[in-house]
Order: sequence, then C-alpha cells, then structure tokens
Amino acid sequence: MSSPLQRVSPFWVSLGAVAGLYLFFLLAMLTATACYTTPGKLIEALAKREIQHSIGLSLLTCTVTALLSLLLAVPVGYLLARARFPGKPWLEAALDIPIVLPPMVMGLCLLILFQTRFGQFIEHFMPFTYTVFGVVLAQFTIGAAFAVRTMRHTFDHLSSRPEDVAMTLGCTRAQAVWRVTLPAARRGMFAAASVAWARSLGEFGPILVFAGATRMKTEVLPTTVWLELSVGNLEAAVAVSLLMVLCAMLVLAAVKWLGEEV
Amino acid sequence: MIRFETIAWHAGAFRLENISFTVPAGRYAVLMGRTGCGKTTLLEILCGLRRPAGGRVFIGERDVTDLPPGERGIGYVPQDGAMFPTMTVREQVGFALAIRQRPPPEIAARVKELSDSLGIAHLLDRRPQHLSGGERQRVALGRALAAKPSVLLLDEPLSALDEELRDDLAALLKRVQREQGLTALHITHSQHEAEQLADVRFRMAAAGVTEVRQP
Repeated sequence: MSSPLQRVSPFWVSLGAVAGLYLFFLLAMLTATACYTTPGKLIEALAKREIQHSIGLSLLTCTVTALLSLLLAVPVGYLLARARFPGKPWLEAALDIPIVLPPMVMGLCLLILFQTRFGQFIEHFMPFTYTVFGVVLAQFTIGAAFAVRTMRHTFDHLSSRPEDVAMTLGCTRAQAVWRVTLPAARRGMFAAASVAWARSLGEFGPILVFAGATRMKTEVLPTTVWLELSVGNLEAAVAVSLLMVLCAMLVLAAVKWLGEEV
Repeated sequence: MIRFETIAWHAGAFRLENISFTVPAGRYAVLMGRTGCGKTTLLEILCGLRRPAGGRVFIGERDVTDLPPGERGIGYVPQDGAMFPTMTVREQVGFALAIRQRPPPEIAARVKELSDSLGIAHLLDRRPQHLSGGERQRVALGRALAAKPSVLLLDEPLSALDEELRDDLAALLKRVQREQGLTALHITHSQHEAEQLADVRFRMAAAGVTEVRQP
C-alpha cells in the first residue's frame, strides 16, 4: 500500500491534474447547460403534453429494452465466457457489430431489413416500422450488444469451479447455472440492464430512421431535443436534455452504489 | 474402489495416455506428481467434469464413464473450497440433499450431524466471505459428504492453509474417511501430507501412474 508521502509525489499529482482537467471540462459543460435556463421555464417545458408523452414513452421503451437485452445477454454472455467452439472469435466480432457501426447505419439496416420479404412477413404479424415496437427494436439492437459485453465480463470473472462442484453434488449444468452462478452474477445482471437502459435512453439515429419522429407516437426524449431544436425552441431542448442528464446520473449512481449491494 | 482403465486425454499438445491404476475400497490414496502433469485432469475425469478420449472409469464395480457427475456417488473438495458465493454454510452443506428434493427435516438433521462432526456448527448462518481458509475447507468437506458418497476426491485441499491448520484438517480428513468407510483419492505436492494420510501412494509422471511401495 502506498504511503501518504508517495501519494503526493509529482507523478501522482500530474496524473491527478489530467483527471481533474477532464472532470472540470465535463462539469463546466453540464453547469453551463443547467444555468442556461430557469426552474420556471424548465417546469413549463416539462408540462407540455408532447414532452410528457415523450418522457413516458422513453421510460417505458428503455425499461422493456433493458429487460429484453438481459434475456439475450445472460445466455450469450455465459456461452462466450464458458464455451469453447470453432468460430468463437468470429461470433465475438459479429456481436460487436452494433457497437462499432454508426447508429444511423444500424437504423438504415433495420429499415431495409423490414422492406425485404422476410421483414414484410414479420410486419404482417407485428408492425415495427414507424411504430413503438420499432423504437424498442432500434434500442434493443444496440443496447443488447452492450449488455452482452457486460454479462460476458461478469461470467469471465466468476470461477466455474463452484458450478463444477454443484454438478458433482447432483445438479445438471442448467441447475448449477441457475442455483449457483446466476445468484452470484446478479450484480453484473443489474449493471448489464442499467447499461442497456442508459444506452437506449440516448439512442437517436436508429430510432429516427426506423421508427420516425412522430409527435405523440414514436417521439422519445432524444427525438424531442432534436424536434425542439429544429423549431428554435432552445429552452425546451435544454429542459429535456437536463432531464436526460439527471436520468443518466441516477443510473450511474445506481450502478456504482446499489450495484455493490446487489 | 476406484479404477482407471487405460484412460487417455488430449488437449492440444497435452496428452495423457494409457493411465491405469486402482485405489482399493476403503483406502486413503494419495496421488503426487509435478505441477501440470495431469493430476487434476485425472480427478476431473473421475468426477465426470471431463470426458476421456479413451478408456473406462469404475467406482466400485460400476462403470461410471458415461454417467453424469451427480450420479457417480462422489464427494469433491477442490483446492480453494469453491464455495457457492451467495449461500450460507447451512445452505451449502444441505445443497446435495436439497437438489435431490429431500424433506427439509432430513436436510436439517444431516446438516446438524455433519456440522457437529466437522466443527462448523457455529458457522451455519455465515456466508463464504466471512469464513477463514480452514473453515472454508471444512464446509467444502461437509458439503461433499452430505449425500453420503462412496468416494471422496480431494484436490490439494490443504495447500492454501498454514501448517498448524493443515495438520488439524489432515487429522479430520483421515478420521472422516475411516469413520465413513470412504475410498479417498487425495492430490497433493506435500510429502508430509502423504505420510500423514496415505494408505496407498501413487506417483504420476509422463509414463503414467505407478504405485509407490513403502519400505
């Protein structure tokens, strides 16, 4: 362990200064945005029917997306962490596609997929293009990739040895995972769902392209910021942005502190 | 009795070939050998956690090669105890019976019997993060014995403990093995442990496993 004397050496001071500068930049940005408006105008903007609908739709779709992402991320994360099979590096690379592709391109790909015969067949049963389901699908496409990464990381750090012991005690592999590994992975599951939720809250490009920006229908918070900016209503755009900053901070805090307890 | 019959195992460049040896019923066998020579792999093949490329494994007269781990009648104690991270000691020790859906009073009685015998009765409501190394190994032993296995497999169970604890736990292992008439296979690097515990000693090398006869 380093002594207090080591901690104030020029080396640590310079590292601290770099981190401090970056933090200052972030805080300055947020403070400037927060000071741009007054609480009265903030409340006035948030009281608008369209914006309240957008808040409700964002909270609902992000929560559904987070849960769906977790349903995908737990089995896929486990598969990547524990199984060895031919072509695994290719699968890992493929699962990162939504992370590395520009979000707008992902939206375009979704739109084109649902113009194909396969897509049209699905649309026949559940319409996605320019609907709320499309909002969730666009969020899920990207949010799930982040959740998979988080769950894979979680399972990588959990020893497989307790699972092996559980199997010698009479469990099947599935029972061992369910009774031993998943309870131990709950903090990671909480983090994965939170990451997917937060990522979905900020999703804009794919939703705009695939689900549209129809007020009171497929408008989510980032769409609101864009719509309000495009008509020159900066006050409302700032109000919604501040709300999103607050949500993001709450998720960060929850992952940081609640996550330790989960 | 534990019998390995011409066991083969391949993983990349690492190969085990033609491994055959027998641990007589009710005896405490110690298996020694250099790090990386395949002792743990052999134990995992016996547990059913790895499938051999060739050969057969017998426990008693039963060929268990194709049986899942839970149907082999084994108790397994790995090096670090491999505690279930979120369960109390009571839940860990009762796990094998709970998974067999035994009635709660039967589970409670078995947990009490084992915890009294292993000196862990005062730890029953603790979770693994509040246990010392020696306590963890006692709990791991209790957990392995709960379903009354015929065979006890121990993979360097004492290596992470200090010397005094090691002797105490070695005495406990020997007592439990004798009292319950178990056939035990214990992997270790310690000559001292082998002298304390072994009825039969085996050495594993590239050429296979051979019994070390004592003068």
